[in-house]
This record gives sequence, structure tokens and C-alpha cells, in this order.
Amino acid sequence: MTAINANQHTMTTDYPEKTVGLPLVDDPKMSMRNVNVFYGEKQATFNVELDIAKHEVLAMIGPSGCGKSTLLRCLNRMNDTIVGCRVEGDISLEKENIYGGMDVVPLRARVGMVFQKPNPFPKSIYDNVAYGPRIHGLAHRRVEFDEIVETSLRRAGLWEEAKDRLDQPGTGLSGGQQQRLCIARTIAVNPEVILMDEPCSALDPIATAKIEELIAELSENYTIAIVTHSMQQAARVSQRTAYFHLGRLIEVNDTERVFTNPQHKLTEAYITGRFG
Amino acid sequence: MDNLNFDQHISRQFNSDLEALKAHLLQMGGVVEQQLADCVESLEDADSGLAQKVLAAEVHSNNFEISIDEECTRILARRQPAASDLRMVLAVAKIVRDLERIGDESAKIAKMAIILSEQENSPRGYVEIRHIGSHVCHMVRDSLTAFARYDAELALAVAREDKEVDKEYSSAMREMITFMMEDPRTISRVLNILWALRSLERIGDHARNIAEQVIYLVKGKDARHLSLPEMEKLVQE
Repeated sequence: MTAINANQHTMTTDYPEKTVGLPLVDDPKMSMRNVNVFYGEKQATFNVELDIAKHEVLAMIGPSGCGKSTLLRCLNRMNDTIVGCRVEGDISLEKENIYGGMDVVPLRARVGMVFQKPNPFPKSIYDNVAYGPRIHGLAHRRVEFDEIVETSLRRAGLWEEAKDRLDQPGTGLSGGQQQRLCIARTIAVNPEVILMDEPCSALDPIATAKIEELIAELSENYTIAIVTHSMQQAARVSQRTAYFHLGRLIEVNDTERVFTNPQHKLTEAYITGRFG
Repeated sequence: MDNLNFDQHISRQFNSDLEALKAHLLQMGGVVEQQLADCVESLEDADSGLAQKVLAAEVHSNNFEISIDEECTRILARRQPAASDLRMVLAVAKIVRDLERIGDESAKIAKMAIILSEQENSPRGYVEIRHIGSHVCHMVRDSLTAFARYDAELALAVAREDKEVDKEYSSAMREMITFMMEDPRTISRVLNILWALRSLERIGDHARNIAEQVIYLVKGKDARHLSLPEMEKLVQE
């Protein structure tokens, strides 16, 4: 099928000088300016400029090795522990530079993360959720912990399934339940931003649908950035979509626009499955 | 820049599904175009045999409508197309309806041709039929060519032509009314001509609808219910 060379004057297969579309927003929750990430000599991202708006779900898509996960990990300094990883540029949370001497522990409480594979602690369901509030000193008495555990599990849509087995190990839950437990654990410390790195790629379609439903509910209270390999998932859950290609942020636009009429040829080629 | 080939899908099957969809729509277009040309000719020449052929061809275009709709459903369900592929499937699903209606209107004209061929000869109104008929045939052909070539400029030309046809139609209407006033005995006959003209004018509208879908397909923007200047702006953007 020949691609439609519609907007020939705006569509090009070269990298755009600047990200096309709407990468910046007014009053962002998080913003990235001129971000370059290196693994040793290898440069993983190139001059990324991107904002995440308050209470939006931002999807980050692109082929493997495009730098989307790398960038996501910069947002709560998960890359700090990787030897040889260097981050240049400004990344700020509510206008405060997170690489400028900010303590990483409270940062990670404010910017939580959910990983690809559910990774509950080898503890009871209760303790998995209570762990964060305990180390951050958010609660002291048993009733306070009980309340946090219940609200977090409720918000993560796991309360009904877990309330009678709170003392059982979190690892005994099904994959989808474990992932919701990890989300409950993340929101127990009342973060402002939740980062999700392919949160559904190890889950079946029904568990995936539940997580996606949850993402929509969570976006009322939290700002969410999600990296996903499933374009349908990006289309379903996000308001804006960012397309990355070999470390470059090619296009950011309203999700609807990206999936019906993308501005850049590379975006079009990727979402229609035309990389050959 | 790494080596990229944007013309082909990674999935060859998807590629051939889309190619087939496009080819089938153009085949249906061919059938309908022939129906239209034949019905106009049958009216001009009072050829009831040719008119019968138009009626018989309706089965083909109806079958095409159903099978192309099924293809669209199948691609949507199995491939979840996005961007230009999605627009292609949506545009085809809509164009199919317009083509089928053009087939219906052609059949109506063919029925008028049969009725008129049974009456005694009177050439009044045939000039208008011939004129508007050739205009409309041209529009349908151009709209299909625009689809085949993803040509938004040509689609725009079809929309422009539709305005002309509308004008010709209203002047033909006035002419027919004059005929009827001059000689009331011709009323039933002129009315038949009027119905045929009305059908041709509707076919022009369908060709314009197809052109609008071509603009949507190519530009990704909705061109329906726009004035001509607005449409021109959209295409030139």
C-alpha cells in the first residue's frame, strides 16, 4: 500500500529540527529542557524538550531503543544508579530542578514509578502498601496505616479482591493483581506524578483493561506518564502522545491527532506499521 | 538517517488487504460509471434496451456495496488501522454508499427512459439532459480518479463543478416550467424529464461527497459542509 504523500511540504523523513506539534504546555507539572542522556560514550536522547501537563496522561511511544524509557527514568532519577549514565539539561518538577541538589528520596515519593514486571516485595499485601508511608513517616499509628492501606487498595481497584487476605504474601496474587498492588504501593505515599514503564506488557487483556481503566481514574488526582509498546493502549489511555525515534522526540500532539492525522512522516510510518 | 521504506507495511498481508480494498472500490466505481453513462445515453436515444441493461447492472453495484463493507469491517477488526490507513478504510466505507446511491439514481433515470421511450417523440428537455448528464459523468470520473491518485486538487475541482451543475439544474428547471406553461399537454412528459434531471443533480452531489472524502483521506481534515473558499483553503494548507 503506497503511503499517502499528503502533506509533502510538512512531511519529511529527516529528523525535524524542532519537535513538531505541541511539546510544551502552560503551567506544566514536569518539564524537560534540552535533555541529553548518555550511557558512557553513547548518547541515548538528543535535546529533548517536553512538558507534562497537570493531571494529564502522556503516552510515550516509539520503537525499541528510541530513548523513551531512558527519559522516563530520568524523571525520578532512576538512572542515578546506572554506572556511566549521565544526564544533561534541565528537568524540573513544579519549576524546581530535580537534578539541582534535590534529595532523591522525597523526589521518588513525589514521582512514583510502576515497572513492566510486577515487583511486589516478599511481604504481606498489607506491608507492601504500608512500606512507603512507614519509611517516609507519613503515618504512625496502626489506624492511620489501616486507612492508607485501604484507600490505596481501593484507588488501585484491588480492595474487594484483597481485603480478606491482607496478611498473605503479595507474591501470591495473580499478575494483574500484583501490578495493581504495585500501583497501590506507589500511590500510598501520595505522589504527584506516576511514571509507568510498560505496565501492562506482562498482563493478559482483561488485567490490561483493568489497569487502563485505573489509569483513567488515577489521572483525576495524579499526573501520569506512560511508556508503552502498545499503540492501541496509548490511543486508549492518553490525552497527548509523544513519539520518539532513535533518541529524538519527533512529534507531540493530542492523541486523537496522532492516531488519525500525524504531522510527521516518521510518526505516520511507525503507527501505521510501515518501518520496513 | 537509517534506511526506511515507508511504502510497505511490515505485514505484507495487511498491505495486500488495503490494496485489494482500494482496487475493489475502483472496480465498483467502474460499474457505476458505466451505469451512469448508459442511463444518460438511453434517455437521449430513447433506447429501452440499454435502459434495461442499467437496471440489470444494479445487482452488481449492490453486491459490491455489501462485499466492500465487509472488507472494511474485517480490516478494522483484525488490523486496527491508524492514521492514513484508518482514513483510507473510513473514506472507502463512505464512498461506497455514495457510489451505491449513484447506481440507484442511474436506475431511476433508466426507468424514466423506459417510460419516455414508450411515448411519442418530443425532443424538449433533451438538450438539458445531455448537457447536465455529460457534466455529471465527468464529475464522477474525476472523483474516482482523485481517489485513485490521492489528488486533493482534482477533488476540489469536482466540488467546484458541482456548483456549476447546481446552477444549470435550476436554469433547466425554469425552462421545463416554461414548456409546461406553453403546452399543458406535455406536462406528464416534461415531469419525467424533470425527475431525470433531479436524479442527475443528486448524482452530482454524490460525486461531491466522494471528493470530500478524498480530501479527508489526503489531508486528514473534514471537508464536509464547507463553502468552496473554505475548502480551497483547506486543500492549500
